[in-house]
Amino acid sequence: MAAYHRPDRMEDALGLLAEGGVTIAAGCTDLFPATEARSLPGSVLDITGIKALRGIGSASSGFRIGAATTWSDVIAADLPPAFDMLKEAAKEVGSRQIQNAGTIAGNLCNASPAADGVPCLLTLDAEVELTSIQGVRTLPLKAFITGPRQTALAPGEMLSAIHVPQSAVQGRSRFAKLGARRYLVISIAMVAVRIEVEDGHVKQAALAIGACGPVATRLPELEQALIGQPVDSSLPALAIDAIITPALAPIADIRADAIYRAHAAAELMRRALADLAHEYEAAA
Amino acid sequence: MNRPFDTLTLSVNDETVSLPAHPGTRLSELLREGLGMRGTKVGCDAGDCGACTVLLDGAPVCACLTPAAQAAGRNITTVEGLTATRLQSAFLRHGAAQCGICTPGMLMAATALLERIPTPTRAEAEEALGGVLCRCTGYTRILDAVLDAAPGAAPPMPDAGQSVGAPLERLDGAPKVDGSESYGADHVPEGALLVRAIRAPAAPMTFTFGDLEEWQAAHAGPLHIFTASDIPGVNRFGVIPAFVDQPALAQSRVRMRGEAVALVAGDPALIESLELETFPITWAEAPSDAPVHDTHPDNTLITGVVRRGTAQDALKNAAHLASGHMRTGYVEHAYIEPEAGVAWMEGDTLVIRACTQAPIMDRDDTARILGLPLEKLRILPAATGGGFGAKLDLSLQPLIGLVALKTGRPARMIYSRAESMATTTKRHPSDMRGTIGVDAEGRLTGMTFDGDFNTGAYASWGPTVSGRVPVHASGPYYIPHYHAEARANYSYEPISGAFRGFGVPQAAILQETLFDELADKAGMDRLAFRHLNALRDGQDTVCGQVLHGVGMAACLEALEEPWKKALAWAETENAQGGAMRHGVGVASCWYGCGNTGIPNPSTIRVGITAQGDLRLHQGAVDIGQGSNTVITQICADALGLPIAQMQIIDADTARTPDCGKTSGSRQTYVTGSAALRAGAALRQRILQMTNMGKEAAFHLDGTTLTVSDCQAARHIALSDLQADANGYVLAAEETYDPPTRPLDENGQGAPYAVYGYGAQVVRLTVDTRLGTVKVTHITAAHDLGRLINPILAEGQVQGGIAQGLGLALMEEYIPARTENLHDYLIPTTGDMPPIDTIFLEVPDPEGPMGAKGLGEHVLIPTAPAILNAIRHATGALVTELPALPHRVLAAMREAKA
Repeated sequence: MAAYHRPDRMEDALGLLAEGGVTIAAGCTDLFPATEARSLPGSVLDITGIKALRGIGSASSGFRIGAATTWSDVIAADLPPAFDMLKEAAKEVGSRQIQNAGTIAGNLCNASPAADGVPCLLTLDAEVELTSIQGVRTLPLKAFITGPRQTALAPGEMLSAIHVPQSAVQGRSRFAKLGARRYLVISIAMVAVRIEVEDGHVKQAALAIGACGPVATRLPELEQALIGQPVDSSLPALAIDAIITPALAPIADIRADAIYRAHAAAELMRRALADLAHEYEAAA
Repeated sequence: MNRPFDTLTLSVNDETVSLPAHPGTRLSELLREGLGMRGTKVGCDAGDCGACTVLLDGAPVCACLTPAAQAAGRNITTVEGLTATRLQSAFLRHGAAQCGICTPGMLMAATALLERIPTPTRAEAEEALGGVLCRCTGYTRILDAVLDAAPGAAPPMPDAGQSVGAPLERLDGAPKVDGSESYGADHVPEGALLVRAIRAPAAPMTFTFGDLEEWQAAHAGPLHIFTASDIPGVNRFGVIPAFVDQPALAQSRVRMRGEAVALVAGDPALIESLELETFPITWAEAPSDAPVHDTHPDNTLITGVVRRGTAQDALKNAAHLASGHMRTGYVEHAYIEPEAGVAWMEGDTLVIRACTQAPIMDRDDTARILGLPLEKLRILPAATGGGFGAKLDLSLQPLIGLVALKTGRPARMIYSRAESMATTTKRHPSDMRGTIGVDAEGRLTGMTFDGDFNTGAYASWGPTVSGRVPVHASGPYYIPHYHAEARANYSYEPISGAFRGFGVPQAAILQETLFDELADKAGMDRLAFRHLNALRDGQDTVCGQVLHGVGMAACLEALEEPWKKALAWAETENAQGGAMRHGVGVASCWYGCGNTGIPNPSTIRVGITAQGDLRLHQGAVDIGQGSNTVITQICADALGLPIAQMQIIDADTARTPDCGKTSGSRQTYVTGSAALRAGAALRQRILQMTNMGKEAAFHLDGTTLTVSDCQAARHIALSDLQADANGYVLAAEETYDPPTRPLDENGQGAPYAVYGYGAQVVRLTVDTRLGTVKVTHITAAHDLGRLINPILAEGQVQGGIAQGLGLALMEEYIPARTENLHDYLIPTTGDMPPIDTIFLEVPDPEGPMGAKGLGEHVLIPTAPAILNAIRHATGALVTELPALPHRVLAAMREAKA
């Protein structure tokens, strides 16, 4: 019978990781569905006993989200409006049951092209903190997820936290997800939008699209195009398909065909921008 | 830290329990198998269905995704921890539990909600329950119950003669809401072996076994292996005797992915630890262009035909024509209970306790496979956690039966979700073409219909589908000239069988969408067009059967106001412009109850013991639809004693006479007719004994049965009477078989003795940029002849609509791709619209107290009404189901081009 480790100290976890051969477990919302076995197969390192890994903290440098922070924790946390999209995404992860167990780091490490958290964290310029017995390194999220179900996690390393720099904790944000039913649904396409406004014009824009390629992607060209534009009902029209779709590499699958995916993503982007513009106008 | 079997200490429902367990074990497993608390149900082992929802420190989680180690030291609350709560009584009062398999999960999710928000809004309740799937109810009554979780008394039990029509709580409801209902996976005899199947990874393939003994010997502990060569009887089964073609274990060749080729059995710990990929078997691809069965070289299993008049001539002379082509895919039943059961020996009798819709068919087929005389096999149906047609066919019965028979030990098997989805039957994929003509006044003149139905690797109910479709493809309308053909074709794909409607829902999608086009061409309102053409009393069907008690026009008349309001709503909304377009659609249904033109009897026994116990032997399997309640209501009133005094002896081939299968919307009508006759016969006998008139009242008090009228009272001392072989001092047993006439070579005859009718009006909104469809309201009008139980009937309508909505908008089973409940989507709480139900009671001259069937009817109009509403909103008809967003947009582009 394989071992099951549930240390309460980080050092113990890192020691076990260094020995190799263990699967890191947290919410288990991806690990259990991958097996029909009655127990998690193989040797398991359950990190949910380590208190330091759970919770959201802030400092002058930005926000730190512990790896084992659940989606429900994110929903319940008191966070600035730049995180609204992350909360909206959290509410769309599976169901309440899944949100109570599933963790934000698990979402990143599972590296599904349809991971709900990734577009939001990309637009928050998130960095991941990777810890091993050798020490700590950080990587931009963009560099961490290298492909579908592939990450830059090295042997012996665990994702210990996510950092959101203060520079990205600015402006207001939106998340939108399209699925074929209301709850418990895997995205056909999703968008995350954060814009910072000064004097009624876009100062900074961070835009990302998920489920439309091997990994979620930012839209630098469109972000540039939005800067300096007035934040009113004319804003969404700038998000034209011709700028958005070249940044995507959608696949056709059981949920939708590729052309539709790209088109839907662009439409969701326009709507999210319209929503945000409306919110800014109402607040002004 | 590395000890594999730590002693875990858990706090479950405020009790501290310790047990040895691997810390990585699913909490659901620990609760069910470790602690024997089987109120928590397992539907998917993947967090997709929420049936296993429990509370951890008050927060809902899926027990199947929670490692035991994470639950240790926290407070776990399960359904067993709820005792007579307001929520549970609200579930009973509102009829929120049908089959009941999702009920524990629903109750736990709702308990957490009510703890957080004592008086939630409907939206909050939808969100809180969004993670628990239900396949029976359509969620309406569950949400109603959660919003009405206040103290409330159950309606009083009706007096003698008053139970038909009363809004009675289901008689078998209590165990469904307290977690004690025992489904296929919930009964575990001491020392039961666990059974797993070795299954084909793809098809068609051939296979040869390697050294089985060597593999067996490589494992510690006794390990049994069974293959086709161990089967003592005839290794072939099927639901229709003339089309028996499926092996229990394949011999050397598999025709579909997931087909079982061998069984392994042993102690559960050993069997669970087996790596079945190492099982010594060599697979080889087989040519996929070879016939699936040599007996059918062109893969056509059977063709059903109905022909009358001269359809082609009628179409030639029609003022307006509409022609169409419609395709639908595999649809999965997606009941929340995967197949499960256990078999054991009682003396030399094999007992099989498993989920089922058809105990007698299970017995007959399994006995033949196992080479047993019928009296040596007893089928004891477990509570069945949803069926919808797929649990009519055998699944694990012969497999666990074989193991129990060969080893002498109890043998238990539980299908995984993937195993259930890959290997059990589906709705037939269809490819249908048709043309319908009308005269200048809009009267139907002729119709042709031609459909191919993919019946998969084995016949199952393919012949029934090919038979029912041509009979029903006309819809409930008068069509003088008609020619319809439906073929059931073999393929190397999943078996298509029975699924609520036997192909009729697919045919209605083509016919009802063509009707909208015809109404437009004839310049008529779409509802008025249907009303003009609706079958009336005394008219004959396309089979030449003259009908009486036809409620079709009445249903459409009842929808006139909702229809007008809906049209006005759409017009007002659409006048505002924008990307959201609003549409309204209508479609009708009819459906013949029971078998098509062949015998279909049910037998009911009712008796009173010397001790004064009144018992109803009710062999119609209640899979949630309510036959335990409805049949009892009918019998109680026919007899004239209060329903509260009736004890139900549930389906059991050793104790209940044959009530046939729960299929074809036949139980209320056919078994209800037998119950009516049995109740009346017993009443008659008692009246004769006492020489009283037919209006006399009965009163059963202890061992005295009193028969009285305004003049006299006579007393029967039950303990003085002689008991019969069944232990009754007074009893009656009656059989009812529908008076049908077989179809001739042109499909002319009287295939069913009773039909039911209905129509639905759908309102929806199409997002014309994203192609998404949101159904916002449905009005359903159904003629069920006589309303036996309004709560149960409404539950059928709402649940049927949910399945129709899924068929229309999201459900498509793709072999090897959607063998789970996150890739195969069924509606959640957030996908269902409010539903107004209107019941019409146009008595059927043949049905018991005028009653007609309802169960399958209710699903039929939903999908075509949705497609018609999408067309109304956008001008585009979707011709390939489901109408996923990309297909809606593609149809809109095509309509514009």
